[in-house]
Amino acid sequence: MHRFANPARFLRIAAIIQPWAMAVAALAFVAGLWFSLFVSPADYQQGETVRIMYIHVPSAWMGMFCYTAMAVFSAMGLIWKHPLADLMARATAPVGAAFTFICLVTGSLWGKPMWGTWWVWDARLTSMLILFFLYLGYMALADAFDDPERGQKAAGILALVGVVNVPIIKWSVDWWNTLHQPASVVKMGGPAIDSTMMVPLILMALAFKAYWIVVLIFRTRSEIASAKLRTLRMAQVHAAGQAE
Amino acid sequence: MDKLSAFFAMGGYAGYIWPTYILALVVMAVLLIVSIRSARTNERDLEAAQSLRPSRRRRNNPSAVSPEAGTEEVPQA
Repeated sequence: MHRFANPARFLRIAAIIQPWAMAVAALAFVAGLWFSLFVSPADYQQGETVRIMYIHVPSAWMGMFCYTAMAVFSAMGLIWKHPLADLMARATAPVGAAFTFICLVTGSLWGKPMWGTWWVWDARLTSMLILFFLYLGYMALADAFDDPERGQKAAGILALVGVVNVPIIKWSVDWWNTLHQPASVVKMGGPAIDSTMMVPLILMALAFKAYWIVVLIFRTRSEIASAKLRTLRMAQVHAAGQAE
Repeated sequence: MDKLSAFFAMGGYAGYIWPTYILALVVMAVLLIVSIRSARTNERDLEAAQSLRPSRRRRNNPSAVSPEAGTEEVPQA
């Protein structure tokens, strides 16, 4: 625990970033809602249901982004034994799980009217469900040991192994036959989506990203305080044992 | 009024579109609130424990030179 690298710098930087991230998240969210619900037109094929995309697609991006971030933080924690990186990986997991959950449920809500089914076991949907389970497994494993460092190590390895799922999700619509539509924003040859739909999509993606920063900072602060508290209590037990 | 009800009807897809937006809002709000409360609780507990520590350490270990020292500084018995 003495390795617990000075988190003072993180807390100092976080205190500067957090209010800005909150402002960006709130503004982008309000603007994003305005554009998604009022400004953007109905799709010529999908009608009004296209508005589900403005929640569904940025959530899917965040689900994959948070997992990648979690894997990078875990790698930093495993390789350089930087405990702050481990805490940030822990802090990211619930955010990624929440966005993956939103993505899965809103996908169902979009699939029912457009495909005629809530769910199909195709590659895109299944790999996204696996992503959700990877998040749950990571969180369960990280808390499964009495010694938090051991749990962190095991969970970090799971995060790294599971990262193989991220490119599978991304290219699943190209590799396998699916009901799911192919990529229309991040693809070779530029986005194939009208700017009236691109604007709310980008605003929502920005809002979700800023939201992640806000929650990440709160959760990392919480993790830092709880790790310090644990160290302090261990020291007290240690000192009490020696005083006898 | 017609425009408003047309807006809420969402071309007949209200039952799919509104749950999407409400779910996203609720999940994000709950996660944010839980995270803020957890940070507050842990930071408050830590502050309370830190304000307790020096006196307890002096009482248990009168030879301790620096009450600010970390765990690795605990003198060997």
